[in-house]
Amino acid sequence: MAQRSLLQRLEYVDRRILFLILAAAIVVPLVHPLPLPIAVTPMVRDLYDEIEKLPEHAIVLVSVDYDPTGKPELEPFHIALTEHLMRKNVRMVIMTLWSPAPPLTEAVLARVGVETKYGKKRGVDFVHLGFKEGRQIVMTSMGSSIRATFPTDRDGIPVDQIPLMKEVKNYSDVAMLLDISAGSPGIKEYVQVVQSRYGVKLGGACTAVSGPDYVPYYKSGQLFGLAAGMKGVAEYEKLVGLEGTATAGMSAQSAAHLLLIFFILFGNVMYFLRRRGEK
Amino acid sequence: MKRFIPWLLTFIAGAAMIIDYFVPHRVFGSITAELKQWGLIVVAFSYILGVANVVRIQGNKISRRDPDWLNSIVLVVSLFTMAGLGIFHKHQGEGTPFIWLFDTMYDPLSATMFALLAFFITSAAYRAFRARSTQAVLLLTAAILVMLGQVPVGAAIWGPDQLLGGFPGIKDWIMDVPNLAGKRAILMGAALGAISTGLRVILGLERAHLGGN
Repeated sequence: MAQRSLLQRLEYVDRRILFLILAAAIVVPLVHPLPLPIAVTPMVRDLYDEIEKLPEHAIVLVSVDYDPTGKPELEPFHIALTEHLMRKNVRMVIMTLWSPAPPLTEAVLARVGVETKYGKKRGVDFVHLGFKEGRQIVMTSMGSSIRATFPTDRDGIPVDQIPLMKEVKNYSDVAMLLDISAGSPGIKEYVQVVQSRYGVKLGGACTAVSGPDYVPYYKSGQLFGLAAGMKGVAEYEKLVGLEGTATAGMSAQSAAHLLLIFFILFGNVMYFLRRRGEK
Repeated sequence: MKRFIPWLLTFIAGAAMIIDYFVPHRVFGSITAELKQWGLIVVAFSYILGVANVVRIQGNKISRRDPDWLNSIVLVVSLFTMAGLGIFHKHQGEGTPFIWLFDTMYDPLSATMFALLAFFITSAAYRAFRARSTQAVLLLTAAILVMLGQVPVGAAIWGPDQLLGGFPGIKDWIMDVPNLAGKRAILMGAALGAISTGLRVILGLERAHLGGN
């Protein structure tokens, strides 16, 4: 009876104890990270290689489709991508289909030092068109005319007065479309509405939970590369040579995964022991 | 007439989009470009409807002093504060009240809500993921293998240079074979369903959105 009671107590342990253990498993490796090897997978390698092939002064369309909830996973990619594009001396047309994204984009531009460190000029080397509501309608409308879809940039400057936008009419004028996607609208919609119709080269990053959904698009060649989740972003950071927060988070993520696996196994053992005791 | 005209508009818009896709001619291109602009304008107006709806529902809760009516006041005040600052401070650069509220309130609150998921998953992993059937055993085994293959510690335990490619190799096989097959089947099924529903709407066979059966 005493044993059964102990098993029951272990099986129905106070959830706050589990939460404390998880918090410790995340915080301790963040403070004292382990030197774990980060192997680069083909999906991320292809993404990096294709961006590497861009000629100088090429124009890429960057769709920043995440909000603060996806920030821990996707902001490191946004930083590494911007850094990569700046090193390649590539010009960026930035827009978003997610309303909270413009301030996040401005923060990344400032953090990378697009204007300060790299000396790029707004409107000449990059343009931030901001947010437009309309999801797939915006995507398909940009296929007809980006200037009609975004008549002004984020600061209200008419696109006709922006030198960079004189070279960009629609998708055919950009070398590739890079989407930083936390959900819908994002990569899936860009594949369905834009890539399949306009033949734009499409790549990007997504949250770990969306990764398995987008793998079929990579396998079919509709995505040329994909960094899925914090692990994918850490791989991209490794290729770019930038040790960002995704790389730093690998130890914490490893510890959290191991702990979850332990909890699953331990919970099952307790469950079966209790059931055997009841029989 | 009340249903015929909306259906006719649906038919014209839908047919124009389909024709434009398969016949990339300038005439159809300019018609659909115009229709897309109309679509964007309609979507923008839906925001006004959305705000009006939120104010109506929350206003009723406040006036009736429903449970958690104070939360409704916070919601309405937050809505108009952020919208007002966004509209009247057109340049939303560093140091403006809009960005200050975004950085100090919205950003950390959103991240916190999402981070709480990790704790719910932990609780569920301990209490709910039970190997009660063969399917559940398969699901749990696949989940554990993918979780180990997905993080660097998995490769450190059983690396890609070892038997079967280690945890990363097994994870890749699960993702590339069973997962890919399942996902493709779902995608194709969903695509066929979307085509079928779209055609039914355009041809007027599906009229639920017009208020009929």
